[in-house]
Amino acid sequence: MPKPHGGKLVNRQIEKPIDTSGLLNIEINTNLSEDILNIANGVFSPLEGFLCQNDLETILKEKRLQDDTPWTIPILLDVNEKNIKEGDTILLKNDETGVKATLKIEEIYKYDKKTIAKEVYKTLDTNHPGVTNTFNMKDKFIGGKISLISSKPREFDEYNLTPKETRVLFKEKGWKEIVAFQTRNPPHIGHEYVQKTALTFVDGLFINPIIGKKKTGDFRDDVILKSYEALIKHYYLKDRAVMSILRTSMKYAGPREAIHHAIMRKNYGCTHFIVGRDHAGVGNYYGPYDAHDIFNEFPDLEIIPVFFRSFSRCTKCGSVVNDKICPHDQKYHINFSGKKIREILNNGQIPPEDMMRKEVAEEILKFKDPFVK
Amino acid sequence: MAEEKDDKKYTTISIPTPLAEKIKKRIKGTGFNSLSSYVTYVLREIISNIDEEEGEAFTKEDEEKVKERLRALGYLD
Repeated sequence: MPKPHGGKLVNRQIEKPIDTSGLLNIEINTNLSEDILNIANGVFSPLEGFLCQNDLETILKEKRLQDDTPWTIPILLDVNEKNIKEGDTILLKNDETGVKATLKIEEIYKYDKKTIAKEVYKTLDTNHPGVTNTFNMKDKFIGGKISLISSKPREFDEYNLTPKETRVLFKEKGWKEIVAFQTRNPPHIGHEYVQKTALTFVDGLFINPIIGKKKTGDFRDDVILKSYEALIKHYYLKDRAVMSILRTSMKYAGPREAIHHAIMRKNYGCTHFIVGRDHAGVGNYYGPYDAHDIFNEFPDLEIIPVFFRSFSRCTKCGSVVNDKICPHDQKYHINFSGKKIREILNNGQIPPEDMMRKEVAEEILKFKDPFVK
Repeated sequence: MAEEKDDKKYTTISIPTPLAEKIKKRIKGTGFNSLSSYVTYVLREIISNIDEEEGEAFTKEDEEKVKERLRALGYLD
């Protein structure tokens, strides 16, 4: 099993309750509270807190932390508070997640948001959701280590394993090589093809849906989980595939985010990570394979990317193919259109079996409304 | 080709000139834009491969607790 990123699995959860009376309370949003959870349980190892300026600068310029460890997405705490100073300890709170965490302020700094957006997202276009989120950040950043005091039980906790837990799970299953698959949608036949192709060469498959805030029209989280359960139950060997969720916000940072996604899966104990076409992209801000090419910059990432280009059903081959294995003309190819599948499901119908497994579709149709409104 | 940057984040390392010349020839037309970027890449690759294996950071007791939760959730039999 690979060692965690940076060499050590971070644990910033406080074992015993501490007295927080007298600390300045700062309400943070749900995304930030999820960053805290991901720092505390090691998903973001080796980060132990929110970034200070020196790390932010090297991440923007070199895609690395100051100690040369690969890191591509800034994890920042933005605040407006005036009554804080370096050296203070503050209490960060969020109602939805129940997160309560202390942060010892190492540094308070300002940074040009345009520079952050330009480096991370490669654009200043405010139609890009990541750019807008960056511009909407508050004006000051706080860097420092966090200590998680508590969080509350949440929906889907039964699917939520920490890196420590997945590492024990993989060890117990006797898996040495594990490929991770990230998703935000129920599985169609193309996804199954990609997963099984990768699984053929390793010991286990780790299906890791990102759960959280979604756009109108997206599949609901519970639909995604139930549909994957149906797929695993009917079409995977019990001891070859597991699913666990990841609560983190999508940044749509394309290539940089592909590296970030790979790092998180390395921390879960995975040795391989599937990267598809336009991974973590949005609109036309990135080239279709930018998220593949960026891996060339990281000989020291220590998780192997498994690249997939386009895949489709070839009526001449009679199977799912990719552009490396099928010689037939495009006219024989049927693409797995998420939009088309959505339309069919939206009409209460089961998509054709060569697009989506019947058991998966039936599971989706059990929901009165499978889409986010 | 400016090999060394005037920046505290970089340091100078000496390598034999003939080796440097060989590398310069080899990296022509590749994505490497300098001798330094190539050497940095190779060293990062080597260092990551020879890093010492660290043991898992949790105790037997910890591991048993985790297994209990995994069994309760149906991940383990």
